[in-house]
Amino acid sequence: MVTALEVVEGIKSGNISCEELLLQIYERIERSELNCFITLNKEAAVREAREVDKRREEEEYRRKKLLGVPVAVKDSISTRGIQTTCASKILTGYVPPFDATVVAALKKEGAIIVGKTNMDEFCMGSSTETSYYGPTKNPHDLTRVPGGSSGGSAAAVSAGETILALGSDTGGSIRCPASFCGIVGLKPTYGFVSRYGLIAYANSLEQIGPMASTVTDTALLLEIVSAKDEQDSTQIKIQNNASTNYCFSWLNGTRNEREEIKGMTIGVPKEFIEGSSPEVERSVWDAIHKYEDLGATYGEISMRNLKYALASYYIIAMSEASSNLARFDGLRYGLRTGKDEDWHTTFSRIRSEGFGEEVKRRIILGTYALSAGYYGKYYLKALKVRTLIKNEFEEALKTYDILAMPTMPFVAFKLGERIKDPLSLYLADVNTVSVNLAGVPSLSIPCGVSHGLPIGLQLVGKHFEEDELLKAAFVYEQNIP
Amino acid sequence: MDVKIGLECHAQLLTQSKLFCSCSTDYHNAEPNTHVCATCLGLPGALPVVNERAIRYGIKVALALGCTIQPKVIFYRKNYYYPDLPRGFQITQYEFPIAFNGLVRIESDGGKEREIRIKRVHMEEDPGRLVYRGTIDTATYSLVDYNRSGIPLVEIVTEPDLKSPKEARIFLGKLRSILEYLGVFEGDLEGAMRVDANISLKGGERAEVKNISSYKGVEKALSFEITRQKNLLRRGLTVQQETRHYDETRGVTLSLRTKEFEHDYRYFPEPDLVPIRISNRIEEIRREIPELPDEKKLRFIAQYSLTMEHANALTFDRHIADFYEVVASKIDPKLSATWIADVLKGELNYRSISMREASKRISPDDFVAMLRYLKKGVITERGATEIIREMLDSGGKPEEILRSKGLASIGSDEIEKAIHAVIKENEAAVKDYKAGKKEALNFLVGQVMKHTRGTADPKEVRAMLTRKIDGEI
Ligand SMILES: [Zn+2]
Repeated sequence: MVTALEVVEGIKSGNISCEELLLQIYERIERSELNCFITLNKEAAVREAREVDKRREEEEYRRKKLLGVPVAVKDSISTRGIQTTCASKILTGYVPPFDATVVAALKKEGAIIVGKTNMDEFCMGSSTETSYYGPTKNPHDLTRVPGGSSGGSAAAVSAGETILALGSDTGGSIRCPASFCGIVGLKPTYGFVSRYGLIAYANSLEQIGPMASTVTDTALLLEIVSAKDEQDSTQIKIQNNASTNYCFSWLNGTRNEREEIKGMTIGVPKEFIEGSSPEVERSVWDAIHKYEDLGATYGEISMRNLKYALASYYIIAMSEASSNLARFDGLRYGLRTGKDEDWHTTFSRIRSEGFGEEVKRRIILGTYALSAGYYGKYYLKALKVRTLIKNEFEEALKTYDILAMPTMPFVAFKLGERIKDPLSLYLADVNTVSVNLAGVPSLSIPCGVSHGLPIGLQLVGKHFEEDELLKAAFVYEQNIP
Repeated sequence: MDVKIGLECHAQLLTQSKLFCSCSTDYHNAEPNTHVCATCLGLPGALPVVNERAIRYGIKVALALGCTIQPKVIFYRKNYYYPDLPRGFQITQYEFPIAFNGLVRIESDGGKEREIRIKRVHMEEDPGRLVYRGTIDTATYSLVDYNRSGIPLVEIVTEPDLKSPKEARIFLGKLRSILEYLGVFEGDLEGAMRVDANISLKGGERAEVKNISSYKGVEKALSFEITRQKNLLRRGLTVQQETRHYDETRGVTLSLRTKEFEHDYRYFPEPDLVPIRISNRIEEIRREIPELPDEKKLRFIAQYSLTMEHANALTFDRHIADFYEVVASKIDPKLSATWIADVLKGELNYRSISMREASKRISPDDFVAMLRYLKKGVITERGATEIIREMLDSGGKPEEILRSKGLASIGSDEIEKAIHAVIKENEAAVKDYKAGKKEALNFLVGQVMKHTRGTADPKEVRAMLTRKIDGEI
């Protein structure tokens, strides 16, 4: 499979036909049993690909950093003129009149939108099984889940149904499927990437992030989507951000990461490894020892507040979700069924028909947590725990350059195996959700295989030091057989 | 009867764009749903961005009401379902409003000065608007217009310090006056001020009357409530804590919901916005606050030697005060005060138009020109009133109206001629007057005025008539 950088090079030099590349990809998608996409953008994509082939030598086109690169976009991200459903029945037929800032940035750099990828409904899940459009399957084993909620994006990258993909990560939704599908996925620092156009699940936790088959491609995509945006007040506008423009220096050999990584310190929090399957634990330790071989040092640490992370995360996420999802009433867009009756009856019917079971569960729990008399007991307390967890991460990252741990405690599980037991699904998210609570950046990189199923190593860095994470991941990637 | 009234006043701020998006706020004459975007329609993924100017206006209002400004403001979500609310929540403020603890002085019944405490001032967005074909009772469906969605509102909450419906109306008038002085509000725009009123009588629970949308409506709704609550208490029944709706056309309040069905708004901080520090801007904004009605009133009394009544009447409406000051700078301030406070204002009230609207037709210079004619005796007081009316109704300059309506007052020889004719035609009346019937003189003056088509000065006519008839005796 070619990388995004190879595609850009190939198209610019005329060695790759963008149209042929797109046609190959659509052929693969059409033959596929994975169900990675909800909506395809074939006609427009192929037309744009022809345009790229025709104009590739023009100065304007030569400057584009993603010229002709196929990118799959998670269906939680608004795309002008392309149906955007968040994998929910309630948004069936909704076509946004505007592009998310990240999508506009992709287009500006010449990327081509392949289609909209499958996901857990409104990002609520970690297996892509709650989608109204049916589950996506894991390319490594069709009987297993791809992880979630950005399961379609991860499976599509892994199976060559796209070159790059965008996901969104509220509590692990990029890293979990990256881990299960054996690709690289990065959740940026909260406030690094504009959320304008991302259909909100839990605004204070989520970020859009890149998913790719290599670290360099991940860095390239991150650089494009982290463009500054006045439309998102929560984006932190940092001058001369060191995190941008990294991958090109690696490529033209101006940096020697192998040298830079010498002396790097890695913190390994034991609470994040306990409870993992033996294969996962072994692979993660192998990776840490690999870093040791490369000149880094590690130390084991303890993060005691981790045990409160799940409760805090789910209370905050569900509370915000219960409010975010109130707008879906069928009045202005989306599902409209039956005959119109009075307002209350009509919107209640549309919501009860339009939302899936998991979404309803979280709306009800979130509504409860925010109710008078419970707000202080649940929501405010969850915010306090969040501060504790954030402090604990910051403390650990004062001593260590990065932290390393398993992304998921186990490999991809069977379709249908856990969906009936939501609590066991929630529990699997503990390593990823705590990172969202802390707001720090984190990526998942493949670090081994168990019975043919990928295992993910999660690296966590300091606020706005995506650069360090990518560097560490890049060196690891270059030095494994 | 011991009555306690507290008001929550929502005033639309006159910014160019909405509170959280760049849509125009100039929606009053626009086609429905033309001033909308992804943000104010609440489309999924669209985010709010705070309009800095609206915050400045809010701070200005709070400062003018003597409030203590808070160092930072935080927006919250108020969650409830209603079709005019496109996100299913309103972005408003809760725990960290712009300001607390202000004070407004009003002149209550009989000129007694009263202090009304302001509890808090905060910002929020207006919802859209429901539109009915026909009336709310007969329409089979309602339509939603989101042009209003996201218009910046400042909410001003009083303590329950008001003691009567009339006082509530006086307070609102004063509030309107202050907001207009600040240049952040236009009270005569439809829906510019909407009020929720809390009212309780001694021995009863508090009722909240929602969404009163006119200044007069507040007094009517509260009067109705007092009567209703009094009747309940008199009959030994209890006044329940409840939310009531004011039906403007019927002038009654109707129960909307009782306490146990009160909404739980599930307030929590708006995660799409960050806290805004305002402490560093307060002094700069304070310097922008103009002279307010109370200060202006005192200055008018001192500077122009006006009576309290005139000073009150002239300073209530900023547009009238500004108009007056231009006129008074060019011609006798006391004469100007009489003609603006007593005559012009009366004509505006009669026509139910504001000075702001009227100033499109009548400029201070026109008014000065008119007063000059009057002072020189070119026109009579009646002619002057006629010119004001004509300017308000049809426009035009005083000199044109003077000519086209033949309002120039006539010389005494012409009055002489008219008196001569009237005496000749009304011998009986003259006889009555001579016999001591004083009211006969009024009739004769009227006849002379008729002859001169009102261009004579009635005082002069009266004097000449008496001299003439008395001289004959
Ligand atoms: Zn708008």
